[in-house]
Order: sequence, then C-alpha cells, then structure tokens
Amino acid sequence: MISPSHSAPVLVEMSAIGKRFGSVGVLDNIGFELRAGEVHVLAGENGAGKSTLIKILAGVHQEFDGELRIHGKAARPRSPLHATQLGVAVIHQEMSLIPSMTVADNLFLGRLPSHFGVVDRRRQFADTRKWLDRLGLNIDPGQAIESLSIATQQLIEIAKALSLNARIIVMDEPTSALNVSETERLFDLIVNLKRDGCGIIYISHKMYEIQQLADRITILRNGKSVATAAAADLPTSKLIRLMVGREVEPAMRRSFDAKPIGKSQPNRFAIRNFSVYPQGKSQAAAVNQASLTVRSGEVVGLGGLQGSGISQLFGGIFGAYGGNVTGERTLNGRQIAPANPRQATRQGLALLTNDRKRSGLVMSQSVISNTTLASLEQHCRLGWLIKSSEYNAARRTRDAMSLHSASLDQEVSLLSGGNQQKVAIGKWLETQPDLLMLDEPTRGIDVGAKQQIYELIEQWKSEGLSILLSTSEIPELMLLSDRIYVMHSGSVSAEFNRDTASPEKIMEAAMGARQ
Amino acid sequence: MIDQPRGDLATKQQTTASRLILSPGGRAATALLLVVFVGLVFNADGAFFKSATHRDALRQASVYGILACGMTLVIVTAGIDLAVGSVLALVAVCCATMAIHWNWPGWIVVPASMVIGGLCGAVSGTLVSRQKIQPFIATLAMMVFARGLAKYLSGGSKVSTAVKQADGTFEYVDVPYLFRLIDSRVLADSVSVVTLIFFACATISWIALSHFRWGRFLYAVGGNEEASRLSGVPVTWARTLAYVWCGVFAGIAGICQAAQEQQGDPEAGVAYELIAIAMVVIGGTSLSGGRGGMMLTTLGVFTIGYLEKVLSINAVPEAWRLMLTGVIIVIAVQTQRSRRA
Ligand SMILES: Nc1ncnc2c1ncn2[C@@H]1O[C@H](COP(=O)(O)OP(=O)(O)OP(=O)(O)O)[C@@H](O)[C@H]1O
Ligand SMILES: [Mg+2]
Repeated sequence: MISPSHSAPVLVEMSAIGKRFGSVGVLDNIGFELRAGEVHVLAGENGAGKSTLIKILAGVHQEFDGELRIHGKAARPRSPLHATQLGVAVIHQEMSLIPSMTVADNLFLGRLPSHFGVVDRRRQFADTRKWLDRLGLNIDPGQAIESLSIATQQLIEIAKALSLNARIIVMDEPTSALNVSETERLFDLIVNLKRDGCGIIYISHKMYEIQQLADRITILRNGKSVATAAAADLPTSKLIRLMVGREVEPAMRRSFDAKPIGKSQPNRFAIRNFSVYPQGKSQAAAVNQASLTVRSGEVVGLGGLQGSGISQLFGGIFGAYGGNVTGERTLNGRQIAPANPRQATRQGLALLTNDRKRSGLVMSQSVISNTTLASLEQHCRLGWLIKSSEYNAARRTRDAMSLHSASLDQEVSLLSGGNQQKVAIGKWLETQPDLLMLDEPTRGIDVGAKQQIYELIEQWKSEGLSILLSTSEIPELMLLSDRIYVMHSGSVSAEFNRDTASPEKIMEAAMGARQ
Repeated sequence: MIDQPRGDLATKQQTTASRLILSPGGRAATALLLVVFVGLVFNADGAFFKSATHRDALRQASVYGILACGMTLVIVTAGIDLAVGSVLALVAVCCATMAIHWNWPGWIVVPASMVIGGLCGAVSGTLVSRQKIQPFIATLAMMVFARGLAKYLSGGSKVSTAVKQADGTFEYVDVPYLFRLIDSRVLADSVSVVTLIFFACATISWIALSHFRWGRFLYAVGGNEEASRLSGVPVTWARTLAYVWCGVFAGIAGICQAAQEQQGDPEAGVAYELIAIAMVVIGGTSLSGGRGGMMLTTLGVFTIGYLEKVLSINAVPEAWRLMLTGVIIVIAVQTQRSRRA
C-alpha cells in the first residue's frame, strides 16, 4: 500500500464542523483532513453522520457551522455544481442519475461538449464510451438509465464522478450494489487515482474494503469524531469497537448452534424449470429453466455476478412480471401462480428488493406507513385503519432492528441509508411470510446492524421460516446459507452444501465454469 | 446499540410552538391568517365584523371547495383531474333536467347525479390506471368530452325553469324543492347549506385519506408506485377509485351549482378545475404526489375564499384580483418548498 507522505498537500480541511436539521443535531465539532494521494475512510454506524459530512463538502447542505478549506482556500460550496467547480466529485449513496435520460446525457449533464450551443453528440458518445470502458462496462451510451440494472447504474454513477477529473473524490458506499469483480476493478482505479495525486474519501460498511483501501481512518459515532488514525494502527476489532462503542463479535467467527437442515425436513418451496421473461414472452429470458428447492427452516443462498438473473428470478417468483413466466412454483406442497405481488404476498411470499429507493420504500411516507404497507390487512377492520395496531407494529420493528429514527412518524427519506433498509426488511416481516426472499439484505448496513440481521435470520430460521437470499459478498453467502445455488447468465450452474462450498468454487461457478 | 436514538431527545427539545409553525399545516394556516389579517385592516364599512360576510365568503368558496375535496384524492396519487369543471356542467344539466323537466324527487336526483359524475371519473380513472395514459392527457380528453356531452344533452341552451310547452310557448314552472333547499341557509341564516355540503365532503375526504386503508394506498401509490405494487398494494384499483370519487364530488358540486343558478348551464364551471387545483396546492399538497391531505386543502379553500371576499369588499377590480391570486399561489408554494429543502 502506498501511503501518503506527511508532506503531501492537504486537499480538504474541515474544522469544528457542526450541522443541525431543525433542532436535531447530526454533526458536532468534526475535524477532518484529506491529503493528496491517500484514501481516507470514514467509518461509523448507520446514522452516524457520514453522508451528512460529505454532503457539506458536496454543496448539498449549505448551512453548517465550522470551517471548510478546499485546496488550502476557505470555501463554502453553495451547490453541487459549485462543489464540482471547486474540484470535488461525489458518488452519492443514494443514486442521483436521471432515470429517463441516456447514459451519455447523465454522464455529461451540465457540461455537454458543444460547438456554439449545438451538442457534439459524436464526441459525447466517444467520451462516454471511454469512461465506461475504464470501468469494464459494455453498454450502449444511448441507453436509458432506467433500463439498466442497479449495479450498472452504480458503475455509471462512478464513471460520472471520475469523468469530472476532480482531485478530490468522495465515494459514499460505492460498492453497495457491486459484485466482487466489479469491486476489484474499482479498487484498481482507486490505486491509479492515488498515484495521480488525487485524494479519496471512502465510506463503506464492508470491513475488508476498509482493510484493503484505507490509508487513514476517521470514525464517527453519533455525530462526533471518535478517532482518526493510520489504518495500520486500527485492526478491524478495534475499528469495530470504536464504531459501535462496545465489543461486537466479528461476524465470521460466530458459530451456528443450529445444525444444517437435514434432508428429512419437508420441502417448503420449490420451482421447477422456471423461466422469467421480464420484457414479455417474445423477448429473451432472464432466467432459464431454473429449478431449486427450499426446505422449511432453511436458508438457501443464491450467488452470482451481475446479470446472472437472480433479481429477475426473485421478481418472477413474486409475480412482479405478471404472467411472463413459465414453469412450476410450489409452496407447502401446493402449486401457486401469483399473477402479481399482491397475490404473492397473500400466498405467503415476501420479497425484499435490492433497490430500496426505487422499489422498496415510499420515501415521502412515515416509518409507520412503510412498515405496515404490505400487511395493512392486519391493521384494519372493514377498511378502517387501526392506528394503535399500526403503531405497535412499527415499534416492534424498531425494537427488533434497533432502528434509529427521531420518531416513528418521521418520513423515511430523512433516515440514514442503513435505517431505511431496516424499515424495508421490517415491512416484510410484518407479513409473516412462509418464504422470505432477501435480495441483498445487508446492503448499506453497518457492522452492528449486520450482525443483528444475521442473528435475526438465524432466529427466523429456528422459527421455521424459509429464506431464499442473495448477496454479492461471498463470505456472507457462505456464512448464512445452509445450501447455495450459483447462477450464471440465467441458469443455475451449481449447487453446494456447507461442506462442499468454497469461495473459489462459488466464484468459478458464477463465472460459468463447468462443474 | 448502546446509544439512545438521538431523536428522542431532540423531539423534546423542539418546542411545540416551533413545530406547529414549521409543519405544513402551520404554513397553510399562516397564509390564511395573513389573508384574514388583511381583511381586518382593510375593513371597508366594518364589513369583516358582519357574520354575513363570512357566510358569503364560505358560500362562494363552497362549490370550488367540493371540487377540491376530490382533487386532493387525485393529486395525492400524483395525478390531476382537469375534467371536474366540465363534469360539473354535465351534471348540472342532467340534474336540472331531472329535477325541473321530469319532476323527479330529490332522493333520486341526487344519487343519480352523483353516479353520472362517478361514471365520468371511472372513465378517466380507467384510462389513467389501466391504459396508462398520463392523467393530464386522459382528463383533458374527458374535460372536452364532458363539455360536449353537456351541450348535446341540453341542446346548447340552459336548462331552466322556463319549460317549453307542446305549442311552442314557454311556461315557468316552480323551482324544485331540492334546489330551494340547497340554496337556503340554516341556523338562523348564519350558514349556507352549500357550505355544510362542502364540510361534509371535506370530512368524507379527510376520513378516507387518513383513516381508511384506501387512503393509505393513495399516498403510497403517489409516493412510489413501483414500491407500492411490490408491496401488494392494489395500485390500479386504488387509483381508479380516486378518480371515481373525484367525479362523484364533481357531481355533488354540479348539483349545488344547478341549485344556486336554478338552472343547468352547459357553459358552467369553466376553469373551475384550476381554482380547485390552486386550493389544493396552496394548502401544501404536492403535485408530485405522496404528501399532503384534506386538512391542508380545507385551509387552502378558506384562503382563496377569503382572499376573494377581502378583495371584493374593498372593491378591488377583478383584473387585480386575478393577478393577486396568481402571486399568492406562487408565494404559498414557495414557502412550502423552502420548508422541505
Ligand atoms: N434532511 C434531513 N433532515 C433531518 N434529519 C436528517 C436529514 N438527513 C439526515 N438526517 C439524519 O441525520 C443522521 C445522519 O444521517 P447520515 O445519512 O449522515 O448517516 P450515515 O452515517 O451516512 O448512515 P448510513 O451508514 O446508514 O448511510 C440520521 O439520523 C438521519 O436521520
Ligand atoms: Mg450514508
């Protein structure tokens, strides 16, 4: 790891930064420094204030206390545009692309190459392609953002930030939707950027990313800066302790008391020769003749790279594509064919989607409304809502998941990313499903909460809930799953149990190597 | 987690007063108070202290207000209904025909009129939620169509109490009891019946939005349609029903309009939809959907109603009134936005 010399120029200097939303204090007296050629990691629990801090640098929040110096000069970014002009590029945690516009237009929004006001399309497309290539993306610059998968969107968000050629680059959970190989590629880029003298502020909840990338680490807890230290002086255990404020058993060492589910358990859910055609049956299948089973009280993991069709498989099972599926679905021994998510929910299925902003939560609504949205039938009589029952449900969710929110009436758009995820999960638990499908359940969730979710999954399992789960983190996949199916371009390419699974074999199967 | 959610403490710190003023309701109420204040200051002949002034202000706002009740339901779903003014005219024509020409009793005329309004809404709603036509376009089509139908049914002229006889002469018949009832005042002349009808409609709309599952669905659909669909919300049904109810409220407004004019005018209600939208928006319900409510709309109805009254008491010419209303809309919406930023 190249570490920055102490003589490297200071790119960003923040001192005594404070930020309040109304009367709620979110940041208190934060000092932070970024030097050229370093990766400075910001770590902390959900809601610690990491995103808020970088939004100040990014010109999203203009009102704050304290002093900010960029490239040695006192500065107060007035707007995101102004921040870019000051040499700050930001990859935000919540995506900021315009769904209906093309990749090329999103990349060059606000700075289109033009001659006398006429946009130079050719140059724009060529430039776009150059940036996409650097991230290993092989897509048409003229494609609309909304037609792309969330991982691709995230990569485009990264490309957009890099294409600004800024010296200060902020990445707020850039890999939350990326798989291993995409992440590797991003890390290579980061190493190059460091060599070119850029400074990078990196936010992540993934410990191995922090280990791999960080030169320095600043830890926030509840809006206060707890420590800043060289990465070498902060082993993971100490880092976690500082973040959470108490000891947390590292996830990887926890032992499962529950034995792996034996073959004797009855099948809870199965699909046979199941195909999914998201664009209609005349178009290509995203999932091809997949078959799998989930026993009761079993956690089945699905592994695969981007484009492997896992999300479409979930959607297909859940009726999200209506009748554009073929094959059999059986739940509790009965064939089911939900034509829409409403029927699927009634029949005992639940699906946590991998994109909470687009398809998970109603951002303008309160924590309460969101938690009860999928189970509203239980909270009303003849269509009349029983508010106390809804409130209790939301409180249950808050307690079970240690949700941090000012009140249960707060709009979910004001919660931190990780807390939003907890609300999204809580919503599905309230439906008391037979089969819970979790697409990237720990996306954007901090170590402590991740541990809780692991424990919750363990608990649900012991209560007999069957879980079908996908995650792009192979260690997590292996930790949680009793059995693992690996998918490659729409087909199930391998099946492992606890004894046969290894990261290498899973990766191989995900890349399409024959078993 | 060891730390208590910071918010608990924060909520206590926040004084009740500052929370009230900063809430959307507080903003909308401030706008209304401002208008009332202006009324108190520019109080020609002490008119603002006469109860008749308030009665009339509310009476004049009532028909618009009834439309706004339905409009709120639709706007919460991130939609819009441009057809309400035309539907009002269509129902006024039908209602006058039934009550005056056919001499039907009120207990048939009222539900029948509401059904006509509801049917128009059902068509718009189906176009929007099933055929996926944009609300603006679908209801624009309905607006033109309903106006045409109103003119066709009335033969292009007003349906009044001057009934044409077989020999070609006109004979004046009595104003139907229903019309006289709706156009009357109760409680020692202190409040008009139409105002009571408006309050009833507002209550229905409020209960629907804040106490019924359907209302919750409307907010969810308006806030994030995809997430709602994937959470098992019956999106199509919920949204269609919003337009149906909007049509029903337009029907009720049509009955009131016919009663007040004692005739069914196919040209009635032109641009009423815009006033209804303005009332909803001034209240603070966002056109992008998912936020707002009937309480806010009620404040918006009062604001516009009183604004009109205050300006007319002070003999401000109509030209000025219109311009001022435009300015007020912008100011109201601007303060709502700065709250959120
Ligand atoms: N616009 C806002 N209005 C009110 N409160 C806000 C607003 N934005 C953020 N907050 C609150 O500030 C706190 C810090 O949020 P922030 O998004 O910075 O957390 P974070 O450290 O990025 O967490 P995560 O890891 O979950 O992304 C949270 O409690 C959040 O609810
Ligand atoms: Mg964040």
